[in-house]
Amino acid sequence: MKLIKLYQQYQFVFIELVKRDFKKKYKRSFLGVLWSMLAPLFTLLIMNFMFSHFFGRIQEYYTIYLFSGWLIFQYYNEATNGAMNSLMANSSIFSKVKVPKYLFLFSRIASSSINFFLVLIVYLIFVVVYGLPITWKFITLLFPIACMFLLILGIGLILSALFVFFRDVQYLYGVFTTALMYATPIFYTTDIMGDKAWIFYLNPLYYYVTYFRSVVIDGVIPSLAYHGVMLGVSLLLFTIGCWMYKKYNYKFLYYV
Amino acid sequence: MIEVENVSVRYVMGDFKDIGIKEYLIRKAKGQMLTKEFWALNDVSFHVEKGTLLGIIGSNGSGKSTILKVLAGIMPPTKGKITAHGSIAALLELGAGFDGDLTVRENVFLRGALMGYTKEFVTEEYEQIIEFSELREFEDVAFKKLSSGMKSKLAFSLASRVNPDILVLDEVLSVGDIGFRKKSENRMREMMSGGTTTILVSHSMAQIREMCTQVVWLEKGQMRGIGDTKKMCDEYEKYMKK
Repeated sequence: MKLIKLYQQYQFVFIELVKRDFKKKYKRSFLGVLWSMLAPLFTLLIMNFMFSHFFGRIQEYYTIYLFSGWLIFQYYNEATNGAMNSLMANSSIFSKVKVPKYLFLFSRIASSSINFFLVLIVYLIFVVVYGLPITWKFITLLFPIACMFLLILGIGLILSALFVFFRDVQYLYGVFTTALMYATPIFYTTDIMGDKAWIFYLNPLYYYVTYFRSVVIDGVIPSLAYHGVMLGVSLLLFTIGCWMYKKYNYKFLYYV
Repeated sequence: MIEVENVSVRYVMGDFKDIGIKEYLIRKAKGQMLTKEFWALNDVSFHVEKGTLLGIIGSNGSGKSTILKVLAGIMPPTKGKITAHGSIAALLELGAGFDGDLTVRENVFLRGALMGYTKEFVTEEYEQIIEFSELREFEDVAFKKLSSGMKSKLAFSLASRVNPDILVLDEVLSVGDIGFRKKSENRMREMMSGGTTTILVSHSMAQIREMCTQVVWLEKGQMRGIGDTKKMCDEYEKYMKK
């Protein structure tokens, strides 16, 4: 109830902020919002060209395999980085205008999510083009998407708060995401780790990537336990994020 | 009616905001966190009646802007309490909340939303906002291309579109041209007679003398007095000449 009321109250600001992010991003570019789809597509094609010689032989539907990984990593990377900056970038507003600070964070993540859905459309087109069947099981993909959304909110809340206090966080997180990219089986297959493959279970992104591949390429919905782990991790990070925001948000004003 | 009771605001300096993570951890480990405190406001109390136009004066760094932030509900006071009844519209900085890259039209909606207006309200009032701010020809120009006078016109037009119970203004009217200044002063008087309490910070003593019904004088975060406009302004000017 409270959430619905809050949403009604801030709906207009929220939408205006999302619109602002989009307008600024694509201002004076001829193809505008199309770049949301084209940019990841080009990266994908380059990666596909590079790696299909190595891994295309072992992995069926390698392009879709690669795209699944890239789609998810790209969303995570873009959304969390945007979220990290969102408070600092708008500090001149919330230090002069009374408005809940979390709105800037939420609207930033919302713009990244819209971007993600645009790329997801391209992804589905690829799935069809490569001759994979689209079945009712695809509905279950909403589950990893929802979990990922929660995870990103949580991490965004944590990072943006830390970033207000320590500017170093930006550089540390840059290193972290590079490491995360290589730690996630985006372009390689997990068997290269041999019997150390359990290490992937420590990486939350691994679950989303595997879920997508399992449903889209193999047509198999992962086990219930799998769902449990995904939801658990996301909820945990989301709770930590909310707690941090609650604890520190009144202090932000003194540090921006 | 606004009641300010023993309000103090503390800023902490030399804290980890200046030193980064590495230094912070080293100093923390050594137990040598040296922080300095700065009280931007120290035990300030006053009372404002409904419909008053209160001016706040004082030299630079006396805490004027800080008290406005506290009044506008942006910054919670470290100590003390503020009681303010009704809706508050605050205009603390010219460009705040506007986006330089967006057009004037887009900015009206963005800023209106940030001020807590509804979409219907902004759509309905849009024409009048543009009319009042005299920016008809600039509707599709990027906000950053406007002169500072134009920016303040737009900001004031938006903020004064409603009759808030409390209007908080920080040095925003001094940039417009004479014509607009007259217009905005008239609008403020109109709002006052409608029961709006206005709190105004200005370095223009002429403007304070002309408009305000009551004045608070702050110096180094402390109250030097509250009272009749003429008396407070005379005292302040005498103090500044020394």
